[in-house]
Amino acid sequence: MPKVVFVSPGGARRELAIADGWTLMEGAVQHNVQEIAAECGGGCACATCHVFIDPAWLSKLPAPAAAEQDLLDCTAVPRQENSRLSCQLKLTPELDGLVVMLPERQT
Amino acid sequence: MTRHVIIGAGQAGLQIVESLRKEGFSGEIALIGDEASAPYQRPPLSKKYLLGQITAERLLFRAPEHYGRLGVELRLSTRVTAIDPAAHTVTLAEGSQLEWDRLALATGARVRKLGVPGAEDPRVHVLRGVEDAEALRQGLEQAARVVVIGGGFIGLEVAAIARKLGLEVKVVEAQSRVLPRVVAPLVSTFFHELHTGHGVRILLDQQVAALVPSADALTVQTQDGTVIPADLVVVGIGVLPNTELAEAAGLACDAGIVVDEFARTSHPHIVSAGDCTRHRNLLFAAPHRLESVQNAVDQAKVAASTMLDAPVPYAQVPWFWSDQYDVKLQMVGISTGHDSLVVRGVPGPDGFSVFYRSGDRVIAVDSINKPAEHMAARKLIAAGGQCDPERLADTSTDLKTLLQ
Ligand SMILES: Cc1cc2nc3c(=O)[nH]c(=O)nc-3n(C[C@H](O)[C@H](O)[C@H](O)COP(=O)(O)OP(=O)(O)OC[C@H]3O[C@@H](n4cnc5c(N)ncnc54)[C@H](O)[C@@H]3O)c2cc1C
Ligand code: FES
Repeated sequence: MPKVVFVSPGGARRELAIADGWTLMEGAVQHNVQEIAAECGGGCACATCHVFIDPAWLSKLPAPAAAEQDLLDCTAVPRQENSRLSCQLKLTPELDGLVVMLPERQT
Repeated sequence: MTRHVIIGAGQAGLQIVESLRKEGFSGEIALIGDEASAPYQRPPLSKKYLLGQITAERLLFRAPEHYGRLGVELRLSTRVTAIDPAAHTVTLAEGSQLEWDRLALATGARVRKLGVPGAEDPRVHVLRGVEDAEALRQGLEQAARVVVIGGGFIGLEVAAIARKLGLEVKVVEAQSRVLPRVVAPLVSTFFHELHTGHGVRILLDQQVAALVPSADALTVQTQDGTVIPADLVVVGIGVLPNTELAEAAGLACDAGIVVDEFARTSHPHIVSAGDCTRHRNLLFAAPHRLESVQNAVDQAKVAASTMLDAPVPYAQVPWFWSDQYDVKLQMVGISTGHDSLVVRGVPGPDGFSVFYRSGDRVIAVDSINKPAEHMAARKLIAAGGQCDPERLADTSTDLKTLLQ
């Protein structure tokens, strides 16, 4: 299972193993990463699963689809170049070691 | 030690538990649910799960080990059969009793049954829980002809999935349009055409009179004599709030457990949240009942605050979404009582939004494939909904700029 490091706004790091094929959001929420709200449960409808991707990993991710692009303009903490919606990112073996930063708030 | 008991381990019940802990409650918590699964999400049941894209494990809100860490006694497959408000106890199905200091009812809703002959045939499916969804998913694998009774959200989502699976699909709706109670006629028309464009046949103004079983079909008969043979029938004609426990305990109910803006029932130490409540929201004059994730989550937070004697009133804007094919409908506000509409964009694949106005205020917005407009609409309504209709309709103005 790919391991992902979540870095909270305060700098605390938490490593989680997330099953292949699951989304980053699913893995985080099931393991109680409080900084991800995911109000719509992965429906790409709420923008409350916002994360920042470590720039070193950005190019390894597929580009966001139109709906995600649109919603990224609606995050509680304004989007940056490395912003993604974690419910739209599927884990693959290549993403083992992925580092993501969590925003201050989601609503 | 203080003990709070929550009846119903669904979205609202779990949120109450999480909020109690988040706000620092350190007493005992028991979360009692009659389903076998740990709390899980229902929306994917008529979407990805039904399509076979995700497993039941991925529906879970939290990993099973989370409950131990939260310090909650999670009792699954356990039904509460009675509440004694005076003695502060609940009775469980196996006969034991549990005492509580504060009690929360998060009992949700159950599907309305189709009251016609033949409705008990095993080829008839409903969709509320994961077991229903699994049975339906397996049924669809064996079926070629599917009839969906009810053109509401669940019916239309199931119709879309069945088409994606390549099945022949007919939808029978009693009213003169699909989604009759919840959206404006032009939105109904959009969804009608979306489905017919995907090969679904929609029969409107048709009341089902009977389901007639034979060896090779279950035939749907309508009151005007139309017969539609099916291999599988899905009934999606709405839900009924689970109020029986509350009623038997003498709590005020009116097509829902009646609660105030603090999620308080007519008993000072019993709260209620989610699909089962008829509730006050400070943003609206009249009480209402809602079936949505937003309401379950936001009202549960209110209920938890009341259980902790630090009540925060319910004043959140309702929102909802539905996925059909590659179309995402997002709704915000409550459109009941609107007197005019503003349409932004052209109904079609590129997406559009419909603003429901009452006087000069926007009270609800439906957005089709326009998630950013939906998010802006949420802010607009939360801010009171005042907005120039011409600018709303003008797609060259960014909705977000209207809010500043
Ligand atoms: C197929 C489907 C698709 C949906 N899609 C969407 C969507 O896209 N967007 C959206 O916003 N909403 C959607 N919803 C609605 C949303 O899932 C519900 O509004 C939400 O689950 C309500 O949560 P709840 O906790 O109030 O009730 P429930 O989730 O119904 O939970 C109540 C629980 O209490 C249990 N219970 C009842 N009585 C007792 C008792 N006496 N003892 C013990 N346990 C008891 C029930 O079995 C149930 O497990 C959908 C619902 C379904 C069924
Ligand atoms: S969980 Fe709602 S957009 Fe990702």
